[in-house]
Amino acid sequence: MGICKHVLLSIAVVCMSLIPMVEAMAQEQLDSISVHTLNEVVVTANRFTEVIPSQKLTGKELEGLNSLSVADALRYFSGVQLKDYGGVGGIKTVNIRSMGSEQMGVFYNGIQLGNAQNGQVDLGKFSLENIEEISLYNGQRSDIFQTAREFGTAGSIYLTTRRPRFKADEKAHLKAGLKVGSFDFLNPSILCEYKLTDDIYATFNAEWINSSGKYEFRYRRVTPSGELAYDTTAVRENGDIDAVRIEGGVQGYMPRGKWKAYMYHYTSERGIPGAIVNNVWHRGERLWDRNSFAQAMFEYDITPRLSTKVHAKYAFDYTHYVNNDDKLIAVDNIYKQREVYASWANKYTILHNWDVSLAYDYQWNQLSEYRDVERNTHWVSLATAYALDDCFKVQASALATIVDEEDRARDDVPDKFKVTPAVFLSYKPFDRADLVLRAFYKQSYRMPTFNDLYYTDMGNAYLKPELATQYNVGVLYDLDRNDKLFSFFRIGADVYYNKVTDKIVAYPKGQQFRWTMLNLGVVDIRGIDAQAMAVFRFPYHIELTTKLQYSYQEAIDITNPHDTYYRHQIPYVPWHSGSAVVMLGWRDWTLNYSFIYVGERYNQQENIIYNYTQPWYTNDVSLIKVFRLKNVVLKATLEVNNLLDQDYDVILNYPMPKRNYRVGVTIEI
Amino acid sequence: MKYYRYILLWLVIATVACRTDEVIVPTEYEQLFTPSGEECDPVGMYLLNEGNMGSNKASIDYINFEEGYYARNLYAERNPTVIKELGDVGNDIQLYGNRLYVVLNSSHKVEVVDARTLVRIGQVDIPNCRYIQFDKGNAYVTAYVGPISIDPHAQLGAVYRVDTASLAITAQCTVGYQPDELVIHDGYIYVANSGGYRKPNYDTTVSVVDIEAMKQVRKIAVAPNLHRIRKDAYGKLWVSSRGDEASIPSRLLVLEPSEGASREMVVTDTLDIPCSDMYIHGDSLYFYSNAWSDKLEQNVVTYGIVDVRTKQLITEHFITDGSEKYIEKPYGIAVNPATGDIFVTDAKNYVSSGVLHCYSSDGVKKWSVRAGDIPAHMVFLNRE
Repeated sequence: MGICKHVLLSIAVVCMSLIPMVEAMAQEQLDSISVHTLNEVVVTANRFTEVIPSQKLTGKELEGLNSLSVADALRYFSGVQLKDYGGVGGIKTVNIRSMGSEQMGVFYNGIQLGNAQNGQVDLGKFSLENIEEISLYNGQRSDIFQTAREFGTAGSIYLTTRRPRFKADEKAHLKAGLKVGSFDFLNPSILCEYKLTDDIYATFNAEWINSSGKYEFRYRRVTPSGELAYDTTAVRENGDIDAVRIEGGVQGYMPRGKWKAYMYHYTSERGIPGAIVNNVWHRGERLWDRNSFAQAMFEYDITPRLSTKVHAKYAFDYTHYVNNDDKLIAVDNIYKQREVYASWANKYTILHNWDVSLAYDYQWNQLSEYRDVERNTHWVSLATAYALDDCFKVQASALATIVDEEDRARDDVPDKFKVTPAVFLSYKPFDRADLVLRAFYKQSYRMPTFNDLYYTDMGNAYLKPELATQYNVGVLYDLDRNDKLFSFFRIGADVYYNKVTDKIVAYPKGQQFRWTMLNLGVVDIRGIDAQAMAVFRFPYHIELTTKLQYSYQEAIDITNPHDTYYRHQIPYVPWHSGSAVVMLGWRDWTLNYSFIYVGERYNQQENIIYNYTQPWYTNDVSLIKVFRLKNVVLKATLEVNNLLDQDYDVILNYPMPKRNYRVGVTIEI
Repeated sequence: MKYYRYILLWLVIATVACRTDEVIVPTEYEQLFTPSGEECDPVGMYLLNEGNMGSNKASIDYINFEEGYYARNLYAERNPTVIKELGDVGNDIQLYGNRLYVVLNSSHKVEVVDARTLVRIGQVDIPNCRYIQFDKGNAYVTAYVGPISIDPHAQLGAVYRVDTASLAITAQCTVGYQPDELVIHDGYIYVANSGGYRKPNYDTTVSVVDIEAMKQVRKIAVAPNLHRIRKDAYGKLWVSSRGDEASIPSRLLVLEPSEGASREMVVTDTLDIPCSDMYIHGDSLYFYSNAWSDKLEQNVVTYGIVDVRTKQLITEHFITDGSEKYIEKPYGIAVNPATGDIFVTDAKNYVSSGVLHCYSSDGVKKWSVRAGDIPAHMVFLNRE
């Protein structure tokens, strides 16, 4: 049954990828019927300019995807597994190509978001309200003029906030929005942009998110003979959230450079809804969070050949965790994390087609209150990019990571020094056809987190860094016919092999539930990411965009042949996953339909019936209408999520919401 | 237009039943050995698999000694209408009368089922319950949380009394911090207090509770972080301490009545034997110990027997055929009172299926079988 369904899905995906091809051939015979102006094109340039496979979501497309947080939007990228504990306030982390979320880097306006304590960034906390672009790179970003840290992650997500754009006669923009929806969801927001001078812009953005997090969920079981065993619907409790985000910045442009200063503050109180198990329907864990950072960037072309770039950041994170559940032992812990970061990157153009770069980054991390630890990290990167006749491009980089661990009396943590290489190639064999072949090899280390090293009882001071090695080959073909009816088509695929060694895993020790962290795991990951996209421009201003993503992954544990789970798929990685998006636009109306599929997977290491987790797939629909009144743009949005009301868990015992709605209005002056 | 095909195909996928009804996982049967054809008593043994916290995967397995088969995951099939099955983190399983009592720590309940059919009779809600014992129609259950205290960080544990006829809680007595096992002896309940959540200030005492009055009458100073407490045929109590994980190692201690007129229990011996779990069979106390060695980065395990009369270590290797090397993480022990067969469970890495091993009384492996997640607690079922 399982196999049959996969075959079906695979065939369907292949068929659908082929349909536009057939159409394309048919269309070639026709001359264009009418000429349309190219308005905000959804297609983004990730062709030959980018040597490295990347996926992007921007502008209109992002708006239409019923996504509230960055995590929701990342579901549309291939090769990404989302761990979603449900609801507005539930933790959401991502993992790319099965290498573990600690191997991922998340960059907010160019600087990495850190969590030295556990290495994970909760992407549910980052609202899409002010995000203009999300890009995901396998390996690293296709730009050697970047900070050293950017060379260091196995995969990178870049979040870019809205950049102010003023017409000649404009001085200010004001945008106000309000979203309301299921789970008593309320989300007002405001955005102001000012043109201080012709070259200096200021932005300010704030939003408030409030939700009771109460939603109905349903557990239904049948007996093997098909009789109903139980069918119960309950309300998710303690999933409330109250969060405020304020951010703002100033940016300026100079003839030979640019600068930007940015502040971010997020504060929230939320309940942690917890697992739904027999006899337990609500829990009492509460979490208060404050994340603040200030960051600045300055970039300058010293000579036409030599450019330099400086980044700096200070971040302070406060977490207060309380367990009020009167059935459990009371817990009340405060964690404070501080981070100081500075980077200096330089690029020198040796020949018009040959660049080199050198960057040095420094970071200081501290965790205090509950445990007190410090760490200093240095990164040095050396990279080069070379292009031959505009048909062959190569990028190579090497990164040295030096970690100075604190001198501690009790646990003597060794310092770490690692060098990791990466090579990216891209080849465009034909002048006239936009066909690009690409390949890369990359190594990256993830350092043990403070929790891995020092957590009470569990930490292991002698942990080595975890190594991820990636090999990737891919092809991408674009057909851009601009104003023709069949105006754009893209198809591409990447095949990869990753190996994670010295994987940091929790290992049981001594009595009872005492664990320790060991460099025990070895994971072998093979997969395919495929994508297809087509844009059609029909008469009467009707535009249709269709987009497909499909991933196949086999991520198996090859640590020890004596383990019962040897060569079994690792937990929560589906073999098949994919998404489909259809956007239909007509004048000021946009109708979006999106479908996400995550295939069967297992919730523990052993692939046995007790750990089997069913596929889930959601159908989301949104309708957007823009009203234009002189200088005022009013936009109304209606979203329906989980249209077919599927009851599913992404994580075992963390039920997801049934069908739910959101209505939004924004006004822009 | 041909594009409808495109949409149609996706609609087909969206509506095709890729996701099917969630089915209650049925019991699996496995033949372990050829039945001898002889009648035996006990007729079988129940094994409780704890399951990881939050996974809701506690399950009950059964070995039929007469017919030689293993039944894996019985509860869900026998009680399909119970919402979310047996529960989260099984911590103890005991028989009393014709009923089986299953303590489910993270489901905060004691599940009561028929001892032969495993069909549900009822449940008793007890927060953070740990272990259960019986006396004169009452069940006594230790729980990590007792009454709400003023200082939330110094919350004491409790022993609850449950009337086995009505399944109602009839009394409650506050004891030490995070009480684990208990034993009933001579009109008193002896409770091993762990204080496991108070590291490094572990509890070090055994609480003595007057069973009639349900009042703590005394505390006996023993050792840090107590866990097991059992009695032998001679009225001695055997207590295991987990130690403080620093200077004081895990130990096995003996409590005996003092010489004075009060005959109060006092510590008479501290054996230089680390102990994780034990099972008293006649005059032999079978134990294993599981100590983590930071130096070796692995667990150092001992499987031994102590003579309860002499308090002397008889052997450090009750598994004699060298097959203990296949046990990654011993987690439970029991000895068949009739045959002397030794059962040891292996919890592996806690997050994959464990194994139940059976050894003959002379320490030679007879068979092994895959169990559920974290197989830990065993109880023998006698002939009706």
